[in-house]
Amino acid sequence: MASEKKKASIFTRLSDTNLLLAITIIIFVLMYLGAVLIQGGGFTKPQTFFNILNANAALILTSCGMSIVMITGGIDISVGGVVALVSMCCAVYLDKHNGNVFVSILIALAIGLAYGVVQGFLVAYLDIQPFIVSLAGMFFARGMTTIVNSAPFNVENEAFVTLKNTRINVPGLGSVNKKGVYVPAYVEIGVIVALLAVVFLFFLLQYTKLGRSFYAVGGNKQSALMLGINVKRTKFLSHLICSLLAGIGGYVYFLHVGSGSPSHASGMEMEAIASSIIGGTMLTGGVGNIIGTLFGVLSLSTIKNIVASAGLDEAWWTGITIAAMLCIFLIIQSVVMAQKKRALKTN
Amino acid sequence: MSKDSAKGGFWRKLVSHQLFIPLVALILLAVINLIHDPSFFKITLGTNNAGYPALSGSLITILDYGSELAILAIGMTLVTAASGGQDISVGATIAIAGSAMLRVLCGSNSRPDTLAAPIIVGFIVACLAGMACGAFNGMLVAYFKIQPMIATLILFTAGRSIAAWINNNELPIVPDPKFGYFGGFIPGVPIPTTVFIAAACIVVIALVLRFTNLGLYTQAVGINESSSRLNGINPNFIKFITFVILGLCVAVAALIKVSRLSTINYSVIAKDIEMDAILAVALGGNSLAGGKFNMWASILGAYIIQFLTTTLYKFNVSSDALAAYKAIVVIILVVVSAPVFRDWISQFAKRFAKTQKEVG
Repeated sequence: MASEKKKASIFTRLSDTNLLLAITIIIFVLMYLGAVLIQGGGFTKPQTFFNILNANAALILTSCGMSIVMITGGIDISVGGVVALVSMCCAVYLDKHNGNVFVSILIALAIGLAYGVVQGFLVAYLDIQPFIVSLAGMFFARGMTTIVNSAPFNVENEAFVTLKNTRINVPGLGSVNKKGVYVPAYVEIGVIVALLAVVFLFFLLQYTKLGRSFYAVGGNKQSALMLGINVKRTKFLSHLICSLLAGIGGYVYFLHVGSGSPSHASGMEMEAIASSIIGGTMLTGGVGNIIGTLFGVLSLSTIKNIVASAGLDEAWWTGITIAAMLCIFLIIQSVVMAQKKRALKTN
Repeated sequence: MSKDSAKGGFWRKLVSHQLFIPLVALILLAVINLIHDPSFFKITLGTNNAGYPALSGSLITILDYGSELAILAIGMTLVTAASGGQDISVGATIAIAGSAMLRVLCGSNSRPDTLAAPIIVGFIVACLAGMACGAFNGMLVAYFKIQPMIATLILFTAGRSIAAWINNNELPIVPDPKFGYFGGFIPGVPIPTTVFIAAACIVVIALVLRFTNLGLYTQAVGINESSSRLNGINPNFIKFITFVILGLCVAVAALIKVSRLSTINYSVIAKDIEMDAILAVALGGNSLAGGKFNMWASILGAYIIQFLTTTLYKFNVSSDALAAYKAIVVIILVVVSAPVFRDWISQFAKRFAKTQKEVG
């Protein structure tokens, strides 16, 4: 009886954010252990895990931006389009105009910044629904990508290719391959960028005035206003950060694939939203965590890997399993939150 | 003086009317087309490939291809009004309903010589599939309290995969030319059949809104869920039923879409149509946060989107770049119709008038 009461108090003492974060991490760990047990082989190698990171560094960046917008109570579905636009513009600049790698990074940042300023202004100061603004933003980015160049092509700029192939070995981790040679596990530059961004954003959200005001605005706009928070500016900044991260994510994506194509990152906005939700961010705003988002991306991509390595190579299985997982996560979230509400009421 | 203020009142009323922006957009598009190429408005009676009389012309194209969107806009308006969110899975559920219909019509053989079942049976199955998808979405939204966009994200991700799975990833072709009538022309009738289907749907929804409490209840739930519950309305059921109605609209749209080609392409069919359907609701001046709605404005919005698409094609915009131009038009429209922007303009106009007076 006593233990039951204690359990309930821990359950209710955790904030919504931490409760959902805990669920996410537990489920991810269980899933990865399950993958190791069922599939064995590949999943025990550290490189498999790092490959998930390598392939999804861009998704981590865009999902973090998405989480911030969602915490503030908005949504941004233009991120996939921005990623495609950035990689196409950089590809054209580097390959067709033989450009400088440093300048191409500036191009990526400039596109992200421009998107953030325009969308943020429309959402925050003109009070237009974020869904419509970013929908138009997505249309515009996808259309512009084909206007810039409609055919996919590979970039052969030397400096860029060197940067693309740079591998950073992870100390202490590696595996012995079939020939008996020890191969250290490696990550690409994009992963470092993504993880730095995660750490930076975690501290921003947790310990700065701006970060806390994101939660305040998303939780309750009126009381945030009463507290003296500049609601419009906070909303504006959330969209600015999101688009800027999409710009950086676009470059990281470009660094991973090394080509420009109108079909790049198609559906990435939905994957980013899904990752944020799996990571415990709520679309109603005010609840969410960057670490959770990181685990959301990892869970999503682990599922993809499991499906791919389980030999269910028919393309439709990926879609169905991701959707099924999303469904389960959403229902767990919904049930847990309802339970918590009830527990709080009875206390 | 009093006459002046009355006049001002009239203008203010006109400008703030919900249908003002969509109608101005429509007139503007028409004028642009008139200046660019007056033959845009020409309607000619010719014969189609099958040798039957058929009307052709840009206006007919707009009415023809705008039908699916108008039908979807009906359901989307109800969902938006009741739940304050949007269904982003309509494109994917069109693929599911269409796939189910083809599965019934063609049987297990993907190249049949005769229909395996009458067309009406196929359509009923499509309706059931669409309503099942709608019920799934509605259940998540109404009973599990998941935000509509997120709940429908599930089917958005899985829908096209499920559609491919229903037909084992084959692309069945319907052998009966009669099946093509729904997306084309009935022999002897020069008006596209889709126009009749859309008109029928609009009449049905008009009757439903006129003779049932659906419209009133939907708005009540959208405006304030708890007070509608206190008034004896079951908000969960209302939300659920709007999603089921949208599922039915999806099935009708799927019939048209599949009939146009007599076959299906799972990854391409009705791609991005959810975005257009949501836009139609927003262009009509309906709040995407739920509450009060105007069905006619949404339907008008749907045809405006098709008008815009057809106009852009006339200006030789390639189909890939279309999205960029559409985005610009959408942004202009939403900015012009934003209340904040209107306040700015009216303040600016007042200040301008003041300075004019002082100068005078």
